[in-house]
Amino acid sequence: MEDLITFDKVCLTYHTKESETPVLSDITFSVGKGELVGLVGPSGCGKTTILSLISGIIKPTSGVVLTGGLPPEKCDISGYMLQKDELLPWRTNMGNILLGAEIKKLDRQKTREKAQALLKKYDLAGVEKHYPSQLSGGMRQRVALIRTLVLAPQIILLDEPFSALDFQTRLQVVGDVYNMLREEGMTAVFVTHDINEAISMCNRVAVLSSKPCRIKKMVDISEFNGIPPSERRLKSRFLELYDEILTTMQNDTE
Amino acid sequence: MNYSKEHIRYLKRLRGKKAGITAGRIAVVIVFFGLWEALTALGALDSFITSSPSRMAVKLAELFTTGDLLYHMGITLAETVLSFALATGIGMLAAIILWWFETARKILEPHLVILNALPKIALGPVIIIWVGAGTSAIIVMALLISLIITIINTLQGFLSVDEGKLRLFKTMKASKFQTLTKLILPASIPNIIAVLKVNVGLCWVGTIMGEYLVSKAGLGYLIIYGGTIFDLDIVMTATVVLCVLAAVMYYLVVAAEKLISKKFKFDV
Repeated sequence: MEDLITFDKVCLTYHTKESETPVLSDITFSVGKGELVGLVGPSGCGKTTILSLISGIIKPTSGVVLTGGLPPEKCDISGYMLQKDELLPWRTNMGNILLGAEIKKLDRQKTREKAQALLKKYDLAGVEKHYPSQLSGGMRQRVALIRTLVLAPQIILLDEPFSALDFQTRLQVVGDVYNMLREEGMTAVFVTHDINEAISMCNRVAVLSSKPCRIKKMVDISEFNGIPPSERRLKSRFLELYDEILTTMQNDTE
Repeated sequence: MNYSKEHIRYLKRLRGKKAGITAGRIAVVIVFFGLWEALTALGALDSFITSSPSRMAVKLAELFTTGDLLYHMGITLAETVLSFALATGIGMLAAIILWWFETARKILEPHLVILNALPKIALGPVIIIWVGAGTSAIIVMALLISLIITIINTLQGFLSVDEGKLRLFKTMKASKFQTLTKLILPASIPNIIAVLKVNVGLCWVGTIMGEYLVSKAGLGYLIIYGGTIFDLDIVMTATVVLCVLAAVMYYLVVAAEKLISKKFKFDV
């Protein structure tokens, strides 16, 4: 399998007036094309920092990050999905979806056609002229995902995209997003603090330590490949995997 | 519509309450002017010192027929509108520049705050000497009063744009100019309108103060002139006219706010 993302001995240190904080220490992993890798760990451990490195917003202090074989700031192949949908209230839903295309100066008409197709495919046809405030939380999150997908990224970075939703919507949107990612054949890195969500969506889950963040264990859950989230939760292996991840997270001595 | 009886009663009560409030507002004005008129007619107030509504009406008619009223009103109005436009335009531009250049912002921040705290009227004599006792001195006065606070408040709005949305723009690798035009400016519209509302009032203050200083024409001049010759009818009439003009201009901004908020889907 071709690796789309590689981290090789990546370290990152934040400097503030008060101190020097090592955030990432010696992170090495890779993500193959079409893989869905979850990052779980205590809050504030640097999960989001890893996504920022992949998207090229920041650079590592030492070590190498490559996406598609190149430094991320030189190749624009990742799309980002944030914790909240961050739809702009003064733009229509279509206006919001086209935001990225406008910024990257892509062909408006082509992007619009693609957006129409995606909206139709994911049960959102007819909302393009409406404003985000008229949509439910789940629909808003799907519009946000289409805003990301329409730019045709090869990698999607998900930064706790479900944490702002209520429980019921959350279960549904997890399923929706899983289907969307699988159907578009996306490679994705998924940051969450919810172990359930990580197991229900990913092929592999990296368990991270608290700061300075390193990978404690890479848990393989490829046995669930092709099984949708709602069915994964019913498998007996689900609890065993949950326990394995939780124990690794809690074990600080190793 | 198919409303329940209870709902119809509720709507009626609501309308009744609203009508009551409007009537109350009008009553305050009537009582105020009525009392004023009555007290001066009874001799409880000396109309030479306080003037009276009837004497003001006579003066208003007189000033109108001589053409003085429209002349002075026109001048004050033009000065206020011009300084309002200049303060808003220059203030926004300055705020954008300070948003763009972080170091410049940090250097200038304390100076802006101090300038804002300074009572600008203290600069009156300097303004007269530098730009001459004319319209330009009045505009400069009004600008001094409104510009600094416009810059400070607009910039504050720019800097308080939601962190998450800024991150979204960063992940899309938006340029600084794109971030400005597609995020900072539209997101700041409610704040900018609030600034405009404050600005309208400040520009009136600046213009009238400028007219006091320059003393050549305008409603401010009329008030000072009336005071000097002890004609309180002129003073009071000019003040009431000023009141009405300021109210009209304020409500124009409020109307603009409603229109813009609707277009940009902001809650009023």
